[in-house]
Amino acid sequence: MHSGVSTHSLNVWYGRSQAVRNVSLNISKNFITSVIGPSGCGKSTLLRCFNRMNDLIPSARVEGSVLLDGENIYDSDVDPTEVRRRVGMVFQKPNPFPKSVFENVAFGPRLYGGRSEDELDKVVKTSLEAAALWEEVKDRLEESALDLSGGQQQRLCIARALAVEPEVILMDEPCSALDPQSTARIEQLMVQLKERYTVVIVTHNMQQAARVSDFCGFMYLGELAEYGTTTQLFENPKTELTERYITGKFG
Amino acid sequence: MTGSLLLGLFTIAAGFGLIVLVILLLDISLDGGRWLSFHLLTDYPSRFPERAGMRSAILGSLWIGGLTAAICFPLGVATAIYLQEYAPKNRVTSFINLNIFNLAGVPSIVYGLLGLGLFVQLLALGRSILAGALTMALLVLPMVIVASREALAAVPEDHRLGAYALGASQWQVVRKTVLPSSLPGILTGTVLAMSRAIGEAAPILAMSGLLFIAYDPSSPLDSFTVMPIQIFNWVSRPQADFASLAAAGIIVLIVILLALNAAAIITRDRYQRRVKE
Repeated sequence: MHSGVSTHSLNVWYGRSQAVRNVSLNISKNFITSVIGPSGCGKSTLLRCFNRMNDLIPSARVEGSVLLDGENIYDSDVDPTEVRRRVGMVFQKPNPFPKSVFENVAFGPRLYGGRSEDELDKVVKTSLEAAALWEEVKDRLEESALDLSGGQQQRLCIARALAVEPEVILMDEPCSALDPQSTARIEQLMVQLKERYTVVIVTHNMQQAARVSDFCGFMYLGELAEYGTTTQLFENPKTELTERYITGKFG
Repeated sequence: MTGSLLLGLFTIAAGFGLIVLVILLLDISLDGGRWLSFHLLTDYPSRFPERAGMRSAILGSLWIGGLTAAICFPLGVATAIYLQEYAPKNRVTSFINLNIFNLAGVPSIVYGLLGLGLFVQLLALGRSILAGALTMALLVLPMVIVASREALAAVPEDHRLGAYALGASQWQVVRKTVLPSSLPGILTGTVLAMSRAIGEAAPILAMSGLLFIAYDPSSPLDSFTVMPIQIFNWVSRPQADFASLAAAGIIVLIVILLALNAAAIITRDRYQRRVKE
């Protein structure tokens, strides 16, 4: 199986406290991999290693390697902005820019320049279609993105991430601020997205992980306690810790 | 009982500023109202009160206001961007911060003397509009920096992260998300700083004294006078008519300053409404 992203002996510190401990895992291309675990277990920190967002936190220090298509993104000659172009991210709270729907999606492509307005129109349309939002917003592309509903805003953020044609899409608890209906739409969307992208999702919601993901990792106190197929992890967990967590005995 | 007494006291305290402003406006309107006329705006100064106008002073003030804004806007915004977005949190940064607040507290006459020594004499700009505007820019720079920093700090961190996640460089994040969102706040601060610069007399007085200007300044190297100095000039004359003329001049100055402040408030309100949506 061709590997999308893999980590080797990954450690992350914030100042003196260690948030991720010696994590090694392979994330398969064109599958959805979920990471679950109690609050503060380091799952979001792990996710932010995949696009070097931890670089933005002055106290954060990363050791080990993260390979994207075989290349270590933490090598000194790698430009983090290039990494973030290839590895998109959707955040917990929808964070559209205070611009029009169109400008939100065109934001990424405009950063790199060299596209005509016609091409931008096309990119915006295909990205919104891929994010299952086009039908709802095609007549209001010039309206402020802040006028959309929460669920629409989150799909807009997904479209915005897709517009730069990434290989991997990271989602950090993308539904935690949404109602059940919007959540269902986003989950549906994730399943469609894996045809073209590798998706990694961090979630608090175990049912969500069970519903959408193919592979699942359980993190506890910074360590990857268990990693396997979602079916195996939920139906036949190898460690007692995982079993206790997924049966809700602690959380 | 004490409750309503206190409420009354607080209401009076809150209304005090308004009452003073009304008294001030009434007093100068009574004094200078009948001297308000179109030729006050269009005529040059004269030693005959009925012929004297403040044309050159109004033009001088516009020059000073505009040029001051043109100088302190880029300088202030660049400083604010550096301090807010780029500067590491260390001693040098907090030292710079502290001194910006110190600068804001330096009396304006001191800036005038600095301008006289530095711009008028050392840089040999003479008593020109440019020297005046540079001096005023130094005076209001702390205001622009502080207002701009507040506007930059008000941009949600979410927006920065969203742009970074799309592969934006730090400058692109600032240029394409942070600055557009904070521009109204920055402009508000700049307009308020401009109105301060237009209202100040002391630094210009220290720098160039009372000049009699009977022409339209046409380049930044021309000598000039400004409205507050023209008013000061009229007040200091013995004839009663000039005192009334000064009151009329004050009305013109206050109207211009209130208009600038109103423009600043309107910009800010519009911005706030847009952010709430």
